[in-house]
Amino acid sequence: MPKDEIANKGGIGASTKRREDLRFLTGKGRYTDDINIRGQLYAHFIRSEVAHGRIISIDASAAEAMPGVAKVFTSADFAQAGSIPCGWQVTDRHGKAMLEPKHPILAEGKVRHVGDPIAVVVAETLDQARDAAEAVVIEIEELPAVMDMKAAVAGGDLVHEELGSNLCFDWGFVEENKAAVEEAFAKAAHVTTLELVNNRLVANPMEPRVAVGDFEEWTGQHTLYTTSQNPHVIRLLMGAFVLSIPEHKLRVVAPDVGGGFGSKIFHYAEEAFVTKAAHILKRPVKWTSTRSEAFVTDAHGRDHVTKIQLALDAQNNFTALRTDTYANMGAYLSTFAPSVPTWLHGTLMAGNYKTPLIYVNVKAVFTNTVPVDAYRGAGRPEATFQLERLVDQAARELGVSPFDLRRQNFIQPDQFPYQTPVAVVYDTGNYQATLDKLVEMADVAGFEARAAESKSRGKLRGFGLAHYIEACGIAPSNLVGQLGARAGLYESASVRVNATGSITVFTGSHSHGQGHETTFAQVVSDMIGIDASQIEIVHGDTSNTPMGMGTYGSRSLAVGGSAMVKATNKIINKAKKIAAHLMEASEADIELKDGVFTVAGTDKSKTWVDVTLAAYVPHNYPLENLEPGLEETAFYDPSNFTYPAGAYGCEVEVDPETGKVEVVAFSAADDFGNVVNPMIVEGQVHGGLAQGIGQALLEHCVYDENGQLLSGSYMDYAMPRADDFPMFQVDHSCATPCTHNPLGVKGCGEAGAIGSPPAVINAVLDALHRGGFTHVTHIDMPASPSRVWAAMQR
Amino acid sequence: MTKVTMTVNGKAVSAETEGRTLLVQFLREGAGLTGTHVGCDTSQCGACTVHVNGQAVKSCTIFAQDVAGAEVRTIEGMAHADGSLNPLQQAFNDCHGLQCGFCTPGMVMASAALLANNPRPTEAEIRHGLEGNICRCTGYHNIVKAVLQASGQTDTQGVAAE
Ligand code: FES
Ligand code: FES
Repeated sequence: MPKDEIANKGGIGASTKRREDLRFLTGKGRYTDDINIRGQLYAHFIRSEVAHGRIISIDASAAEAMPGVAKVFTSADFAQAGSIPCGWQVTDRHGKAMLEPKHPILAEGKVRHVGDPIAVVVAETLDQARDAAEAVVIEIEELPAVMDMKAAVAGGDLVHEELGSNLCFDWGFVEENKAAVEEAFAKAAHVTTLELVNNRLVANPMEPRVAVGDFEEWTGQHTLYTTSQNPHVIRLLMGAFVLSIPEHKLRVVAPDVGGGFGSKIFHYAEEAFVTKAAHILKRPVKWTSTRSEAFVTDAHGRDHVTKIQLALDAQNNFTALRTDTYANMGAYLSTFAPSVPTWLHGTLMAGNYKTPLIYVNVKAVFTNTVPVDAYRGAGRPEATFQLERLVDQAARELGVSPFDLRRQNFIQPDQFPYQTPVAVVYDTGNYQATLDKLVEMADVAGFEARAAESKSRGKLRGFGLAHYIEACGIAPSNLVGQLGARAGLYESASVRVNATGSITVFTGSHSHGQGHETTFAQVVSDMIGIDASQIEIVHGDTSNTPMGMGTYGSRSLAVGGSAMVKATNKIINKAKKIAAHLMEASEADIELKDGVFTVAGTDKSKTWVDVTLAAYVPHNYPLENLEPGLEETAFYDPSNFTYPAGAYGCEVEVDPETGKVEVVAFSAADDFGNVVNPMIVEGQVHGGLAQGIGQALLEHCVYDENGQLLSGSYMDYAMPRADDFPMFQVDHSCATPCTHNPLGVKGCGEAGAIGSPPAVINAVLDALHRGGFTHVTHIDMPASPSRVWAAMQR
Repeated sequence: MTKVTMTVNGKAVSAETEGRTLLVQFLREGAGLTGTHVGCDTSQCGACTVHVNGQAVKSCTIFAQDVAGAEVRTIEGMAHADGSLNPLQQAFNDCHGLQCGFCTPGMVMASAALLANNPRPTEAEIRHGLEGNICRCTGYHNIVKAVLQASGQTDTQGVAAE
């Protein structure tokens, strides 16, 4: 179909405007904090102010007597509750299971990070709860904080004494390749080495987390309203592992959610707390995080320290790669924490290249800091940053163009499907094409002239290139089960066709900014040929959607969309049977186009509504071999990951007087496979770029040596703002559709955050080298003015 | 407790307040207008931006009792009387200037005040003018486009309409 025709019909490929905008633009969104249940109480958490300490005593007697206080909770009230579970078990290079500490709802005996919850005051009003919290007397014997990962592994104080070590696991991948990798390095013509830090970040969705618990005594029904990316996963983890509530007695609702970026995947103590407290007090209990609280309780991201080496032969072919990474787990294992530095990181170390031998070692370490888990990209940004910094450095050492060195070592378009040496098989891709596109978009040919113009103004201009690959829609379930996942990673959808032909789709995917209500409707509209306004997308409530695994890892369309396509195909198949009956024709001859069923080779036709009406008013209907009604459910478990890839180019100007870096242009050429709504895809890339550039230049989560969080508010943690960016140039025309899902889609949510950090740092390095600062080999993120300026000093 | 009355979106609203009750609490809890959001506790994010007597203010930074009697406008009071979007809201929809929608009320209120003071801002003036509002989703690109469109500069910079 020609493009404008697609756009008119609002189907796949149209930049349909978002229907969800109408409520958000008029203040009618319904976020969790907008939910107030009659009779609700308010919870205020008392949190540790020290990073590590032994709880000597808690005296809540004065607080419990204060006005409005219903109860002060401590760990004693949760003696029957289970540990907040970790959803992924990693087996280390010696075949040993990772060390897994208990993670109680409220601290038991010890506090292990600033922000660790010790007690909770529940009162009639939030102010009363806060006032009473001042009267709770807590005595803590402070212990030395375990902060430096290498020192933590070497010995000394333990975050969890009962585990006997701070080393959670020592992972090798691929362990069988280790000797061959060493041999390749021994034979290398050139070896490039870099030591890098992937800075700790705070996800900072603009909506802080909120949880409201409710309990209905006469049915035993628990309800949790929560700011989650995956309500079913919370029901599973909290119901089965923490509070022992069976699924049919626990409803989890995640209504409008104000962004997540990974930090709202995980099951948090506050969710279990309000659910249980509502049960104990027989009143609804609400907790709303402050931003300051979010900084010390939302799982942080990244925090890897890495040494990486590349071996090349005399012709500059990559022959082997090895890495040593220390990955910070924080004080407890958050839901997916162990998977991030391992299976989401090691498996991507081939990048876009043919490197035949790879060995990745990751030591995961407990420290007295907030738990670290997936943040936009999760493992893949860490892999990409290392690799793309390293390739740039190799090109500089060898005196070759970073474009040419990449092109020479790219997996070539005719090599797909491509088996990497790190387990995964890339189904499709064309890296030459995305790089060609980038060269054109970014006007690489005109760079020298722009650099000269910058120089005339006293500025150093640099161009930074990065190419990335990522893996989305983690699957299949039987494989991830072998790798340690304690859940399946399928998705489900139910498609309910109503008698008048309108459709309600219930999906296990969750939208918290991605626009599923619009794009999912586009897909079904396209398949059936009815207007998208006839299709409603329902998500976010375990009581009315089928089992779902939620939204993270750019999986919604690739996995959830595929489930919806499967269910819709079942609908179409059944509808064709009904149409065949109505037109007295053979089912094989029925065609559905633009919402009309026809019999091939005749002029007979029935509309979509004729058929849906017959399904619900089955007066003329093949009742002997077909059930009435038109509703189908499907589960989809992908056979492989999807592999979006792309080329990113960043142009910066560095002020040599101050070290300040300004991003003056940024271009992104992505291969996302097929695209349902280009407008939304571009918006996802813009947002990812802002987070990646933010990591590279601004954002930094800093602890001091005592475990105090120094960057605990927006006064100290530099959130990217509108004037930190230029307009972005984005393109997704170099599409090689995914070969193993029905829509041919790959996922676009994380790409921007994955590809941009190395592009920015490569650009800064390029600018400095052009300015004569050739001694600088690396600058850690964030490349703040002080760091850049310091690097320039010899 | 002190009873405070102010005009919100053209209607008189009263609620009991303490001295420490913030304007944003008054609006969300007293007036039941939950479109105004709280995104931080250090007056940095702008999610709580409303208009007080025509000026954009961060409603988390001002006590309800200090603005007794004022004319307050919130996101709920921005659409046309028939419920249709005003041109600025429409531009956010047209340009995909919002994703999760949490910063959006504040962004719309801040942008409206910006345009009231500077009806044809440049891209740089928009970026500078929205510096007090944080959006974690959009990378600001489409927000800037929306404000350009709302100011009638759709084609002038080659970025607003594509
Ligand atoms: S809530 Fe008012 S500035 Fe953040
Ligand atoms: S749209 Fe989500 S924070 Fe701006």
